[in-house]
Amino acid sequence: MNNSVAKEKIISLRKKRSLEDMRFKYYGFTAMCLSLAVLVFLLYTIFSKGYTAFQKTIVLLEVDYDQEVLKLTPDSSDEEMEKGKFFRVKKQAIENFFPDLSKSDIKLVKKLFSINVDNEIKHYFLDNPEVINTKQQIWVTAHSDVDQLLKGNSRRDVPEDRRKLNDIQLSYVDQLVEEKRVKQVFNNFFFTKADSRHPEIAGVAGSFMGSLFTLFTVFILSFPVAIGASVYLEEFAPKNRITELIEVNISNLAAVPSIVFGLLGLGVLLNVFGLPRSTPLVGGSVLALMTLPTIIIACRASLKAVPPSIKEGALAVGATKTQAVFHHVVPLALPGTLTGTIIGLAQALGETAPLIMIGMIAFIPNIPTGLTEPSAALPVQIYLWVESAERGFQEKSAAAIMVILIFLFMMNAIAVFLRNRFERKW
Amino acid sequence: MSNSKILANGVDVYYGSKQALFGISMDIKEKEVTALIGPSGCGKSTFLRCINRMNDLIEICKVSGSIKVDNEEIISEKTDVVSLRSKIGMVFQKPNPFPKSIFDNVAYGPTIHGLVDSKNDLEEIVHSSLKKAGLFDEVKDRLNEPGTSLSGGQQQRLCIARAIAVNPEIILMDEPCSALDPIATAIIEELIDDLRLNYTIIIVTHSMQQAARVSQKTCFFHLGELIETGETNKIFTNPDNTKTQDYITGRFG
Repeated sequence: MNNSVAKEKIISLRKKRSLEDMRFKYYGFTAMCLSLAVLVFLLYTIFSKGYTAFQKTIVLLEVDYDQEVLKLTPDSSDEEMEKGKFFRVKKQAIENFFPDLSKSDIKLVKKLFSINVDNEIKHYFLDNPEVINTKQQIWVTAHSDVDQLLKGNSRRDVPEDRRKLNDIQLSYVDQLVEEKRVKQVFNNFFFTKADSRHPEIAGVAGSFMGSLFTLFTVFILSFPVAIGASVYLEEFAPKNRITELIEVNISNLAAVPSIVFGLLGLGVLLNVFGLPRSTPLVGGSVLALMTLPTIIIACRASLKAVPPSIKEGALAVGATKTQAVFHHVVPLALPGTLTGTIIGLAQALGETAPLIMIGMIAFIPNIPTGLTEPSAALPVQIYLWVESAERGFQEKSAAAIMVILIFLFMMNAIAVFLRNRFERKW
Repeated sequence: MSNSKILANGVDVYYGSKQALFGISMDIKEKEVTALIGPSGCGKSTFLRCINRMNDLIEICKVSGSIKVDNEEIISEKTDVVSLRSKIGMVFQKPNPFPKSIFDNVAYGPTIHGLVDSKNDLEEIVHSSLKKAGLFDEVKDRLNEPGTSLSGGQQQRLCIARAIAVNPEIILMDEPCSALDPIATAIIEELIDDLRLNYTIIIVTHSMQQAARVSQKTCFFHLGELIETGETNKIFTNPDNTKTQDYITGRFG
């Protein structure tokens, strides 16, 4: 082959090769665009479905705090006031909500209000006891059916028997809108209340606290154990068959389906040790087992990444092995370990299956205040709400997904912050 | 053998099944600089790391034979490695300051050995060590800055200061200048000359000129064997062994 032939070959092949380059670039670009589009679509669906959950509908109700009806006097003590007959005041207020209501109409009107209205009337009174024997205009929470209608989530044009609100109730709602006796405000209940059978007063506070307690348990249990295990394996353990076997099995453990850990929690923690069911303590213990290998793997990787010269330097000035490891190697491995830990915690936050196994799927209408109280967790709460037939829960589940996403986002932000904060150059 | 500081006798080192050192025997005098020279892979660093038991870190490494420091056997199960290493400082090929402040780098050794009772004592040790390492004037205003912010040569002197701070009797240097530029090298060589007055120094070097400049004794290693040992002047001008002759004249290695 002479020189010019070789040159020609190179040129012709060169074109093919640069075409290959181009093609690959476009493949990559398309793949990226596709995944981005899917992500945007996902977020759009969640946000467009869920943002209405951050608002609630309230109705202006005229309440007559008559002392006869309440069975109270202006001199009543706080305890007596607590026991005032507020349901009678509410009944009266609803009877007079529209002029000249018949008995059957009153029943229909009653269904426009949330079950929580009694409570709201009571609390308004307890906060302002001087309103006794006066008429007050109070904004009270509307029933979820009204709320959903006004938000446009449920439709008016379906046949009456397939609607939550019948024609008369619809006309009432229309009248309220016309008279401006109904409006939408920020839904504080969503952030301050636990789960409820009534969508308008169901919130994520209970499951949020449950998740927080669970994550706390996970962290307390898994972080020290993981650090201890990885430091031992990486720095102290002899390299032999047994440690090799342990190492392989730690990696295997990271791939065990989470529901298996749930079974373990059910079989061992609940049935053998008799720990309280549905509690963050048990949920956290199960998730800690699941998180442990993730943290160990991250921690060992960061321990490996610390240059051996640092440890040698410490040993050469006469540090003991433990001193060299804990004064120099572990602090340098900490940023990576913390990042791994937070990734593990984020995984634990989104885990549903093992929590279902240990009973954290129970309906818990209270906000938990400790590790041993029954509670829900965010992902399980979402699962429960998605399952619910009522319209009002659909937007709630989307909104709860937003909460969990923001939670995750914040955890990742903390991970990035910690990594940048503690990262030291050598 | 009046003032011999280190006495090695028949030291064999194995990495797994591969023998790296063959029966090294050596006598190192107090307050002298001994240079270990030889081509790459000849075992000079391995021998150096036997003296402060740094080879313990390598799991497959097995050392046999005898090394006596101040007439005390150190190749034995009973040797207290930690106090041995406080007696024998080491400076590595690549400067390896801790990712801490300059002050903390030097203060680490004295602190873990409990050499100081008060902050003032510690400060004094840090300052005097930095002075002995010829670094104090350059860093006295920024002792709280990270040690890693210094230049390569300064970092190496910081490592020397760190080694000096625990008051050793012997300093091992494993190619201390191989990562440094000629100016930083010259400074370190000068420093070694000063340190000789108070410390016994063993230096591994690839640079024949460096060995000639700083050492009084030179040992030539080849393929795991100690070929020749003697006065530096003699080794470089009139070696007994032809291999030594070939190496220092640049015929191999």
